[in-house]
Amino acid sequence: MIAYLIRRILYAIPILVGVNLLTFALFFVVNTPDDMARMQLGIKRVTPEAIEKWKQQRGYDKPLLVNGAASGAGKITGTIFWQKSASMFVFDFGYSDDGRSIGREIATRMGPSLAIALPTFMIGLAVYVSFALLMTLFRATALDIAGVALCVLLMSVSGLFYIIGGQFVVSKLWHLVPISGYDGGMGGFKFVVLPIVIGVIGGVGSSSRWYRTIFLEETGKDYVRTARAKGLSELTVLFRHVLKNAMIPILTGVVVVIPLLFMGSLLTESFFGIPGLGSYTIDAINAQDFSVVRAMVFLGSLLYIAGLILTDISYTMVDPRVRLQ
Amino acid sequence: MKRLACFLLPVLLSACDGGLWNNPYPVADEGKPILYTAFTERPKHLDPAQAYSENEYEFLAQIYAPPLQYHYLKRPYQLVPLAASEMPAVRYLNKERQPLPDNAPAENIAFSLYEIHIKPGMRYQPHPAFARNARGEPEYAHLAPHDLRDIHALSDFPHSGTRTVTAADYAYQIKRLAHPQLHTPILGVMGDYIVGLKDYAATLQQAAKKNPAAFLDLDAYPLPGVQVVDERTYRIEIAGKYPQFAYWLAMPFFAPMPPEVERFYAQDGMRERNLTLDWWPVGSGPYYLSENNPNQRMVMARNPHYDSERYPGEGEAGDAQAGLLADAGKPLPLIDKVVFSLEKETIPYWNKFLQGYYDASGISSDSFDQAVQMSVGGEAAVTDEMKAQGITLSTAVATSTMYTGFNWLDSSVGGSGERARKLRQAIAIAVDFEEFVSIFANGRGISAQSPIPPGIFGYREGEAGINRHVYDWVDGAPRRKSIEEAKKLLAEAGYPDGVDAQTRQPLVINLDTTANGVGNKARLDWLRKQFDKINVQLVVRSTDYNRFQDKIRRGDTQMFYFGWNADYPDPENFLFLLHGAQAKVGKGGENAANYSNPEYDKLFEQMKNMENSAQRQAIIDRMLEILRRDSPWLWGFHPKNYVLQHGWLHNIKANVMANNKLKYWRVDAGQRDRLRREWNRPAYWPLWLGALALLLSGAWLWRVLQKREKSK
Repeated sequence: MIAYLIRRILYAIPILVGVNLLTFALFFVVNTPDDMARMQLGIKRVTPEAIEKWKQQRGYDKPLLVNGAASGAGKITGTIFWQKSASMFVFDFGYSDDGRSIGREIATRMGPSLAIALPTFMIGLAVYVSFALLMTLFRATALDIAGVALCVLLMSVSGLFYIIGGQFVVSKLWHLVPISGYDGGMGGFKFVVLPIVIGVIGGVGSSSRWYRTIFLEETGKDYVRTARAKGLSELTVLFRHVLKNAMIPILTGVVVVIPLLFMGSLLTESFFGIPGLGSYTIDAINAQDFSVVRAMVFLGSLLYIAGLILTDISYTMVDPRVRLQ
Repeated sequence: MKRLACFLLPVLLSACDGGLWNNPYPVADEGKPILYTAFTERPKHLDPAQAYSENEYEFLAQIYAPPLQYHYLKRPYQLVPLAASEMPAVRYLNKERQPLPDNAPAENIAFSLYEIHIKPGMRYQPHPAFARNARGEPEYAHLAPHDLRDIHALSDFPHSGTRTVTAADYAYQIKRLAHPQLHTPILGVMGDYIVGLKDYAATLQQAAKKNPAAFLDLDAYPLPGVQVVDERTYRIEIAGKYPQFAYWLAMPFFAPMPPEVERFYAQDGMRERNLTLDWWPVGSGPYYLSENNPNQRMVMARNPHYDSERYPGEGEAGDAQAGLLADAGKPLPLIDKVVFSLEKETIPYWNKFLQGYYDASGISSDSFDQAVQMSVGGEAAVTDEMKAQGITLSTAVATSTMYTGFNWLDSSVGGSGERARKLRQAIAIAVDFEEFVSIFANGRGISAQSPIPPGIFGYREGEAGINRHVYDWVDGAPRRKSIEEAKKLLAEAGYPDGVDAQTRQPLVINLDTTANGVGNKARLDWLRKQFDKINVQLVVRSTDYNRFQDKIRRGDTQMFYFGWNADYPDPENFLFLLHGAQAKVGKGGENAANYSNPEYDKLFEQMKNMENSAQRQAIIDRMLEILRRDSPWLWGFHPKNYVLQHGWLHNIKANVMANNKLKYWRVDAGQRDRLRREWNRPAYWPLWLGALALLLSGAWLWRVLQKREKSK
């Protein structure tokens, strides 16, 4: 397994370089360093000298990919691409265009994102699996049909509606929690409870339907028939046998997102005033801040690869037949 | 189970801290004179040499104390001393530096000398850069990287100090405008006026190149245009006559900067911790930034050393009756702390305002009808619902203008020829901005008659101030000319019924804009409809921001949307937008329409250096008439700011020029707490109902399962 993991980590390097190159190309097709300077300096009273000075200070006065004026390795290292990308492989994200440390910004903002995303993920998983098992337990009954109908209904409603509706009913009409805001520590409970509840409700429809399908497929298999023939209760069959055997498809969708949880949610964080990472990338794209964009894309790719490796490892844990070689 | 209880108990206890359940602020802050407000966008810069945006000045104007400020109550806007002990004395000199009389013609004046005396005893906010050890030496001037191991914010430094503000600090900040590592937006303008600043910038650039890693000591390089006379006096030498310079002295660009603060932040390891002057400003104003988390909350606390200012004792007529002089003579600021929370979305902001958790709020289009009703006479007032909550409304026309420009270099719509002029005039009549303001801005704006908005010298009220090429004066009000007149002008321009008489091709005009998407579709459709009225086809060329700016710079447009927000309340700051020397194409100026008219340019040069007088008004009148006739812009509208505030917030008067308003405001915290409790009583029944429903469905499920198992 160790050899497998080392191989997977080595595979990640060209993938990360490729993603980086693609991000770089896409970004600079749309924006030029001059555009970036103008965006940062504002539209009032900006002189060409100020633009040149800005580019020079931030290293955007160099060629994009190949430095024809340099010799030897300088042809590559004397470019914007190299100078903005190489340091990321040692996790030095540098500074955003407005001069803030990107690493510090990520470290500060990932906590609040996790405070919402982690409980939403865990509670959500428990709720979705339980609800799906309940529908499976009562399959082909009125309860099952009502459950599926409810899922379809919940899936049809926009996520924004849950947020605005939830804020209106729970915070504005019933005055039970603050409409928006955030606080660290225990005092933060009242701020995160509504976004978590809304996050969980928002995912019930699609996830429960998906898990129900998985469970129904399992319940048709021979081992389930055998278990029932042995006289096991329906609950024991579902929780001890069906759930265990349905873990592989569940893990495929679940484990991969765990490392990405701290990247946060744009809508939830915007509406609830959560100071997380949800809007960091979008804000950077709008501000044409390449330093932040490439750092966040790099981190996102890295975490996605980590998620895929974790998924592979988790397979070996739930299914002894799987071996990583 | 025990572990779960251990986790849940403190969580539940924290929820029951004795305060209102939906109160986003700590219970301990109840009853305190704290102002709660919000910001929607994080400021990019908080360094007074770099910041220039409104959302940055919202903070900086409370923290820094430049020499001058705008009087809070008097109108028209009037400069008064802030850190200066009196208004600066200006002396004029000729080329030989001999004194000239105050009424000397502008062309004879080679230099203007501003002598500024600052108030005695002003002190900076508490800051570690001022801390001294037992030997009286700066405590944190020579920090090694390991000394910063446990430092993440300024509050982590165990000691802080203060010191008296000196004239040298003001001089130092002016030098910072030329600092090679800072991007000062006004360096170009100031370089033209402050004697020697341009050369000084070049000298510093050279010095920084020689030793890029070293701290650049600005005091090692003299700036000839700025002299420190004594501890409380300094002089600024301006090339020629530039009366508008006094307005710049009311901006944070000219606030004092202690050199030791810049040295403090320049130490190794500071930037990595976001400990920079751009992040943690250091001023001598009424407040200082005590918490800076622009992703969540920024808090300003009262500067304990600020005692140099009192609430004004006089205002304009009606201010005393409105209670605006009730606090006259009281030391400022009247509020101890200001909490700015980040609210990116308008819906939560608005709802929290209605719950009493924000003291004041703007009005988004979504909430306009809920908040404001228009009387028959067109006067805006709050609705009965707002009135019942004690909410009041204050309005003011912004010193801004939103216009649509014609590119003067374009062969169809541009230039001084009769044909293009009549075409522009016809379009000016057809595009009904009164309707635009009514539909898209809920009536929050007034149609512009020229680039100059109300409240600025040169603006004329009533019949004398209307654009006679677009409006007639009927029954005491301006009335837009008829579409028939627009069609007539169009025919005279050679486009009868919207068709080019020479080519027989329909007239097509392109509008370049960054507006796209569903949100802007209605506006663009409306604009097309306006052109349809005179049978002219409008093609909207939506483009991204970068390409749009690029097109404007190259003059590759026909029509475009633009806006301008005044730097200072002087007509020069609007009329220069149409000055030929400011053309965007070729000169990189602010004249985006590339308008050029020799007579206008000559009058502008004459007007710009004049004091406000009848003679200046006459010149402005002539300039505006030239503009209205040439019609290089559709004059568009001047937006109107609407702000709602709760009854517990006092001393609110709309002032679109002053940014340092918070020090005048007063909060009745007792009234606020009482009303918040009244408005936000939690409804417990949904919790009981939910718990009961959960219990019953659990029990039912259990019964069903038991039954099933038995039946097996």
